[in-house]
Amino acid sequence: MTAHHDAVVVGAGIVGAACAEALSRSGMSVLVLDASFAGSGTTAAGMGHLVVMDDSPAQLALTAYSGRLWAALAPELPRNVEHEACGTLWVAEDDEQLEAVRAKQSVYADSGVATEILSPAQLAEAEPHLRPGLAGALLVRGDAVIYPPNGARALLQRAITNGASVREGVRVNAIGAREVIAGNERISCDCVINAAGALAPELTPGIPIVPRKGHLVITDRYPGFCRHQLVELGYLTSAHTMTTESVAFNVQPRATGQMLIGSSRELVGWDGSINRSIVRRMLDRALDFMPGLALASAIRTWTGFRPTTPDKLPLIGSWDEMPGLWIAAGHEGLGITTSVGTGQLLADLITGRAPAIDPAPFAPSRVLAGVGEH
Amino acid sequence: MMAPLAGTDATLIVADVAVIGAGPAGIAAATRAAESGLRVVVLDRGLETGGQIWRHMSGGPVPRMAQRWIAQLSRSGAQVIHGTSVVDVQHEDAEFEILADSSGSALRVRAGRIILATGARELFIPFDGWTLPGVMGIGGAQALLKSGASFAGKRVIVAGSGPLMLPVAASLANSGAKLILVAEQARRSAVMRFAAGLWRAPALVVQAARYRARFLSTSYSTGTWVTAAHGADRLESVTVTNGRRTWREAVDVLCTGYGLVPNIELARLLGCDTRDAVIVVDAQQRTTVANVLAVGEATGIGGEPLSLIEGEIAGSVVSPRARISDALLRKRAALEIAARRMLDAFALRQELRSLPTGGTIVCRCEDVSYGAVKDAVCARQAKLYTRVGMGPCQGRTCMPGLDFLLAWQPDTVRPPIEPALVSVLSSELADDAAASILFNSSVGEAYQ
Repeated sequence: MTAHHDAVVVGAGIVGAACAEALSRSGMSVLVLDASFAGSGTTAAGMGHLVVMDDSPAQLALTAYSGRLWAALAPELPRNVEHEACGTLWVAEDDEQLEAVRAKQSVYADSGVATEILSPAQLAEAEPHLRPGLAGALLVRGDAVIYPPNGARALLQRAITNGASVREGVRVNAIGAREVIAGNERISCDCVINAAGALAPELTPGIPIVPRKGHLVITDRYPGFCRHQLVELGYLTSAHTMTTESVAFNVQPRATGQMLIGSSRELVGWDGSINRSIVRRMLDRALDFMPGLALASAIRTWTGFRPTTPDKLPLIGSWDEMPGLWIAAGHEGLGITTSVGTGQLLADLITGRAPAIDPAPFAPSRVLAGVGEH
Repeated sequence: MMAPLAGTDATLIVADVAVIGAGPAGIAAATRAAESGLRVVVLDRGLETGGQIWRHMSGGPVPRMAQRWIAQLSRSGAQVIHGTSVVDVQHEDAEFEILADSSGSALRVRAGRIILATGARELFIPFDGWTLPGVMGIGGAQALLKSGASFAGKRVIVAGSGPLMLPVAASLANSGAKLILVAEQARRSAVMRFAAGLWRAPALVVQAARYRARFLSTSYSTGTWVTAAHGADRLESVTVTNGRRTWREAVDVLCTGYGLVPNIELARLLGCDTRDAVIVVDAQQRTTVANVLAVGEATGIGGEPLSLIEGEIAGSVVSPRARISDALLRKRAALEIAARRMLDAFALRQELRSLPTGGTIVCRCEDVSYGAVKDAVCARQAKLYTRVGMGPCQGRTCMPGLDFLLAWQPDTVRPPIEPALVSVLSSELADDAAASILFNSSVGEAYQ
């Protein structure tokens, strides 16, 4: 019989790690279980963009809140997390998109997120390798990038410092009422947090999360070629609309001088193989915005699976079908950003403190009530 | 000749057989296949036909046998495209489509059969100081010699394992280097047993004797290996041990390498089975994937004569009237026995697993130390946490050594298997792409 824990977190991706960190900081005894090793799933495949996004008011609230938490954490992160405050440039191709940039600026301002609008000349100066003739961009200086696997490990390490324990290579077979079953072990606890990402439905049937595949390409080192995370304004549409496949221009400078080139979205189940035609479309889109990338050497490609819910918002809160069960999953492409906000929100809910943001839009019960895509 | 490229369009070549690699095995395979009337295209990374062995290891002008084969290849009608690295391959219907970075341009090759002749690269085992200027690979030293670099007057140690140390030591001695020591890690008894068995391959005995004669004044020490290299800005000395005694030698250059590692990335991308890091083939050189054959070092380290015979067999197997002479099969069997004896004789000793210390740099691209990776549960975890093997060389240099040290299983293979320009990966065939004219149109009709 394993010792009793206040909380067992299932999944040591960045969301599970952030939950463990926040719960242990609240004084709870926490055990984290992972079938493989920390940060080895969706976390390992992610770009690591810490970004404020405004697909919905709830998304804006959670990302802005998380951005503030990351900024506070940044000075204490180990070097290998590679936190770089490079900012995001939302690039507008034409005047119509520039209008959207202005609207975006005022929405961000309402949430206390400072932004600047760059003229075409300012944009060209900020990013000389973007193609000429762009209409401008919205600069979000507060956005940053991290190296996700080591971000997850840093959060776990903080949890361990708070007294949490972590067991890797332990596959959870089932989650019961205030207990977790892993192999021959029954681990009893007051609450279980299902933070298994895209695999969460395997342990909690009924959770409407599907894997949404993405591709990334990484280049050799070209320091200074790209200075901000560059995202086309149309990215939001690509992320929001549940089409079978879409691509959007999204390039990130890494601390090493390498560049990550994204992004793609596909609904193909768990097929992790490289889809050559999607990679071509993705690179074409990137070349359209940054023609000079053509001569960059691409050294590796990979895929990953975003845990996606019907309304693109994560599930954070209690799962009323099972006593003691809490969900922290379904973060789509924003899990690296929203991990820390999720952890804090969940810890506040579990310990009965008043959360900093309204938890209602993330309540798992909304999917039981049958909220579809809006 | 290749058509000029417009925009990001790829050039297309359609062939019956695509041979990957123009070393001895690829040359023999392409020659026999093309002689039978097939349209054969050979893609090779190098700028000259001959592969690593005839390019680097011959220690002088291209040997006569190599010249003979290269001449036969050019008469056969096979087309060799140099400066071309294969980055991806896909299987559609009964046809393969290969994507290659050909001197910075995209090249697509469609072929019904593929013969993998991807060769091998040197195995490096990291130790303290191995990244100092003055420490180089054994093959790298041979390449420098061929490119005209002078080792005259330099104090040189050649240390590592395998028969390739002999020709390099001979070349170095020839070029005026002061060869201090040739250190073979394998035990004397094992090396002697191997040498005694060479009567099966008399040519090798003569060759080995000839190499040895060139550095007679230098000691060839078996059961001896280098444990560390020292120097402030460049190599000044090395620590040598034979397990009983450990001493220092002042040197300017250390040439080191622990044998060869088969290049199996393309085979793995195609889905071919591999065993012990070698492509699995049957008696006809067929891999476990239909219409994919493999020859030469990538199917097991066996040396140039075995590579040539395997190439000849594969080239005949894909021919319209496949006929393999019994003599070839018998020769292959004998050479395979010799190859196994060689691998046994030069098996790496356990002590080498403790060569690196915690502070030893294992991955030069990403500056990762052995201490940072040695407790990882698998290669993927080490890569994700430390970036080991994630730099420009994509682990080609460091991962085989780490696989040896830590018994890691190789990680998954994804395209591109070699770094490729973004323009190459994003290239598409133009809608009206016509196969570039490489072959006389009547030639391919023999293949029905």
